[in-house]
Amino acid sequence: MVIQQDKMQSLAARMAQDEVKGRSPWADARKRFFRNKAAMTGLIILIAVALFALLGGYFAQWSNEDLDFTVMGQVATMGAPSLENGHYFGTDDLGRDLFARTVQGTQISLMVGIVGAAIAVIVGTLYGATAGYVGGRTDQIMMRAVDILMSIPYMFVLILLLVMFGRSIAMLFLGIGLISWLDMSRIVRGQTLSLKNREFIEAARATGVPSWKIILRHIVPNLLGVVAVYATLLVPLMILTESFISFLGLGVQEPLTSWGALISEGAGTMNYGTLWQLAFPLFFFVITLFGFFFVGDGLRDALDPKDR
Amino acid sequence: MTKPLLDVRDLRVTFQIRREGAMPWSAPTPLHAVGGVDFSLNPGETLGVVGESGCGKSTLARALIGLVPATGRAEWIDSKDLVAMTPRQMMRYRSDIQMVFQDPLASLNPRMTVGQIIAEPLKTHRPGLSSAEVKTRVKAMMEKVGLLPNQINRYPHEFSGGQCQRIGIARALIVEPKLIICDEPVSALDVSIQAQVINLLIRLQKELGLALVFIAHDLSVVKHISDRVMVLYLGKVMEIGSSDDLFADPQHPYTQALLSAVPVPDPDHDVAGSVVPLSGDLPSPMNPPSGCVFRTRCPRAQAACAEQVPALMGQDHRTACHFPGPLTEEEIARARKTEAA
Repeated sequence: MVIQQDKMQSLAARMAQDEVKGRSPWADARKRFFRNKAAMTGLIILIAVALFALLGGYFAQWSNEDLDFTVMGQVATMGAPSLENGHYFGTDDLGRDLFARTVQGTQISLMVGIVGAAIAVIVGTLYGATAGYVGGRTDQIMMRAVDILMSIPYMFVLILLLVMFGRSIAMLFLGIGLISWLDMSRIVRGQTLSLKNREFIEAARATGVPSWKIILRHIVPNLLGVVAVYATLLVPLMILTESFISFLGLGVQEPLTSWGALISEGAGTMNYGTLWQLAFPLFFFVITLFGFFFVGDGLRDALDPKDR
Repeated sequence: MTKPLLDVRDLRVTFQIRREGAMPWSAPTPLHAVGGVDFSLNPGETLGVVGESGCGKSTLARALIGLVPATGRAEWIDSKDLVAMTPRQMMRYRSDIQMVFQDPLASLNPRMTVGQIIAEPLKTHRPGLSSAEVKTRVKAMMEKVGLLPNQINRYPHEFSGGQCQRIGIARALIVEPKLIICDEPVSALDVSIQAQVINLLIRLQKELGLALVFIAHDLSVVKHISDRVMVLYLGKVMEIGSSDDLFADPQHPYTQALLSAVPVPDPDHDVAGSVVPLSGDLPSPMNPPSGCVFRTRCPRAQAACAEQVPALMGQDHRTACHFPGPLTEEEIARARKTEAA
């Protein structure tokens, strides 16, 4: 047998190579995600919407607060979308630039969605993982508390909060944050229960790793797949909740606005021939929801290859 | 006589089982998973623990390492009782007793690199070490168990079962323990890989002077690795003795039945003519038989067996049986008849 010198050398070089880089489960999931066309479309849409929210303000010819007195009173004829007068998306009923208003609404709505989901992820994950890992009576008490909170009709409480303490963004975040983590904590607890008796957790316990470190180092990273999927599906849910509240007229307060408030205004003037006032905010609203759902689906497929 | 590394006296593990649909105030039923086990283990010695499924082997291992609450006494070489310790006191001893698990892949966190997994006990027990020092030690340990040190950044799913078990062994050894409890470390592996892992364990034991508690249900593996062997049945010790002695001259009827069932790699071997069958299933540990727990399946059971619990008798080779001794032809024939019926 002839030993091929160059091949042997390349093998030797490979063996001597300093620290082969491993392929983590995350890297695998990323690869699967990038191959998923629907999910990638969703991701691109979301990036586009986010860029619109961040940079749209620089392209606006009008500020979101200024009234255009030339179109005031004759919005149906003069306020239509046009490139000439700088109202790319037309104007709203009062003559304010709808492009600037949509940018502002997108910012607020995305922020509500992301903050709501972030609260859910942080509070829900830690709460659920702790309840599941500690178990026993602690688990019983913690989860019964969640049950009780869930049994309260949250929309009612949210509306009461906004009416009693005044309408403000902070109050809205508080209200949405209060309810959003409940479902998450239940899901996380269930997952933790199934993880808890796995041998690698037992190995860590046998070594004497403290409980909080086991939760943070062993349980939470193994939960993140489920959490990431649920969080991406939670963002549109939060946006919907906020939109509903705003549609009722209780959400964000002028001069701030959100998709729900814009859609509400647009729907109110639908009959006067100013359909663009409804169409533009609705378009962004719908594509964002689609984007999040597609990304959520893609993440689920990517992170859970056995589940298909 | 030297002081044993671990001296276990009357170790018991009892689980409180609540029957399904029972009222919350009704008393739970006790399940005696381990019902009073005595043994001692000298430094550098290997104790094999055998028995069928559900006889309390794994529970015994978990009790020794403090994963399940136990009663009784387990005296470490410095005369401290491990069972009575609070978790805080136990912390010092956790680096002395390490465990190797059954399922090689499941015992490794899939989201951590091999380096992180092996380093975890080290970071827990030697918090003063610098990260560079930790890394050198991890690499040295990987080399010792036969892994390439440059694979330190790989993840468990990139390794084969045998390699994963080597990672598990490296994790157990990194804190220089005195005792390693191996809970069926090779039963999930191919036969050829089993031999590699076992020989690795034997080599490391010699190099590092480790004591091993080796749990398995493969008797030939146990015979190969153990200095002494303990036979468990329904959470109780049936027989304990030096490996050679016990395999050559088993005294307890259960041990004899167990040994007769070891497969012999010979196609002409007369299986029907050599196996002593045991009729029936393992009794429920929630409702164990009175007296000798083995009497319901023993070909030699007599009235006395139902009344008195047999004590472990003998000096080095100890047997818990009222009527020890090799089974006679007559008794074997009777066992076959009940099995056939």
